[in-house]
Amino acid sequence: MSDDPSKESQEANDGTIGDESHLYADTVGEHLPVDVVTAAGDESTEKHQFRQTPGVAVGLDELPRNASLWGDAWRQLRRQPIFLISAVIIVVLIIISMFPGFFATHDPHQCNLIDSLLKPSSEHWFGTDLQGCDYYSRTIYGTRVSISIGIIVVFFVSIIAIVGGSVSGYYGGSVDSIIGRITDIWFVIPTILGGIVILSLVSTRGVGTVSLVLIVLGWATLLRLVRSSVLAVKANDYVDAARAMGASNTRIIVRHVLPNAIAPVIIVSAIYVGVIIAAEAALSFLGVGLQLPAISWGLMISNAQRRIITAPYLLVFPGAFLTLTVFSFILMGDALRDALDPKLR
Amino acid sequence: MGRYLIRRVLQFIPVFFGATFLIFALVFVMPGDPIAALSGDKPLPPDVVQALQERYHLDEPLYKQYGIYITNVMQGDFGTDFRGRPVVDLMKDRLPVTIRLALLAFFFEVVIGLTAGVVAGVRKGQFFDSLVLISTLIVIAIPIFVLGFMAQIVFGVKLGWFPISGYRQGWFSLMLPAFVLASLSLAYIARLSRTSLVENLRADYVRTAKAKGLNNRRVIGIHTLRNSLIPVVTYLAIDLGALMGGAIITETIFNLPGLGRAVFEATQAQEGAVVVGIATFLVIVYMIANLLVDVLYGVLDPRIRYE
Repeated sequence: MSDDPSKESQEANDGTIGDESHLYADTVGEHLPVDVVTAAGDESTEKHQFRQTPGVAVGLDELPRNASLWGDAWRQLRRQPIFLISAVIIVVLIIISMFPGFFATHDPHQCNLIDSLLKPSSEHWFGTDLQGCDYYSRTIYGTRVSISIGIIVVFFVSIIAIVGGSVSGYYGGSVDSIIGRITDIWFVIPTILGGIVILSLVSTRGVGTVSLVLIVLGWATLLRLVRSSVLAVKANDYVDAARAMGASNTRIIVRHVLPNAIAPVIIVSAIYVGVIIAAEAALSFLGVGLQLPAISWGLMISNAQRRIITAPYLLVFPGAFLTLTVFSFILMGDALRDALDPKLR
Repeated sequence: MGRYLIRRVLQFIPVFFGATFLIFALVFVMPGDPIAALSGDKPLPPDVVQALQERYHLDEPLYKQYGIYITNVMQGDFGTDFRGRPVVDLMKDRLPVTIRLALLAFFFEVVIGLTAGVVAGVRKGQFFDSLVLISTLIVIAIPIFVLGFMAQIVFGVKLGWFPISGYRQGWFSLMLPAFVLASLSLAYIARLSRTSLVENLRADYVRTAKAKGLNNRRVIGIHTLRNSLIPVVTYLAIDLGALMGGAIITETIFNLPGLGRAVFEATQAQEGAVVVGIATFLVIVYMIANLLVDVLYGVLDPRIRYE
């Protein structure tokens, strides 16, 4: 028995990936959501990722001819029911958030107190809330806030992470140390807790404020991921070749490193949209997120909590929409990982 | 091990000051004048304003204010609320409930999460495995406050098995909230330990152990599990951060007199000092827990000591 068994197992894995892809297919699936969380502070976890990512790089070279990673991934995605289901749900949610008026049956701000707390009916599909507003229309309009915060935050977080992570990973040295230490500090502040501290001190909070706070608090995880991914890609021969041909650092990063390092970022970003949407709802629920008259699922659930016995539907509908939204982004991330992780082939 | 320990502790120091400074600076840059907020609509006389500014060092630059603040924090002074009551007293009152809740949640996570993960990993591809994978994915997708209310309605109101809210029955009233609080991490732990176990089961040393004629129980229980649990242990530390955020929500829903609800009540009452004080305390606890797990990790996995 070796005294270092798990290192051996790592090597064993690298060797057998190709032959046992069918076995591996459903195990790889869970790696990322946990990695999102475990990409945290300690170097040990990063090392864990480094050990895995060289496998990715090798996989890229072994792709069948005439097939780019993306072409291949797309071909696989089209056949995957999980991807199709989550994609359809996400597209529908985005359309709803762009044109809520088209789906709503009532004006969400026009409420009749006489209709207070009606049960779901053919007139009011999801019933009405305490103020007599049509709950279905409010739930529909709530999509807009959640989807926009999720997308805005993840867009900016990705930019910060890609720029910071590739600079940190590619140049190394003191830049890397500085960015690394800053990331360490950001990492120990839990998003919800930090969000409560900052937002509780702001008196008027809109989509912009909440997004800004979530961006400020949320970039560290993704930056670590980009950095380790870039580090793994940087070690490839084609990067040396590009440098030998006189390509500038910027060109190498943009043309050679990032396209090969971006896959894990896309996977995690998809999941992260769901995480951010849940975080916004949690903050609004706690009374430090969006404020009335804004329409947000978190706020709706917060207002429903006093009536969970008499009017549980007030909780169920926004809760179900919220869960479905988060769920489809997480599923999307899962499907993307299955398609983009070449270890599976 | 000694060098590893020293390096970890040295790394902890800048993170400690950095994180506390970050919280402090974020609060500092927030718009709004705390003294003006004290008085309401009628402005305070200028000499009162000046006296208050001097008393709370508000006329000093950021770094000096931070210096005063962090010195106080290290002496156990987290500031006072509007009525002059030290935040530390409030924390002493509220902390026991939160610790109990977190311990119980941790217990559920480890016992149920690990069991489900290990059993699923051993029976990979079978019914129980799919059940674990699907149910954990659903649990991960349900936001904790939706889950909390669902648990309240189903187990508290409809079935009546557990108290709906409050802390009158001690540990028993913590069961349901702890389960809700644990659910997300429980799902992650189940998936993580399953994946890790499945990967390790294909390792050469497992084949060797089997070839030696060891029975399955020994191969999995002694050889594979020990290696598979390393990433799970790392996760448990990071998870503590999620537990804290979750505790604020869970304690609010279930009306438990813990630190989390103290944070919520303080945000409702606009007690900035209390929010910042408790948050700083929680972040410090989180950092120390991370440090401890790092050290534990070094014990469990000798490889990382030699980097």
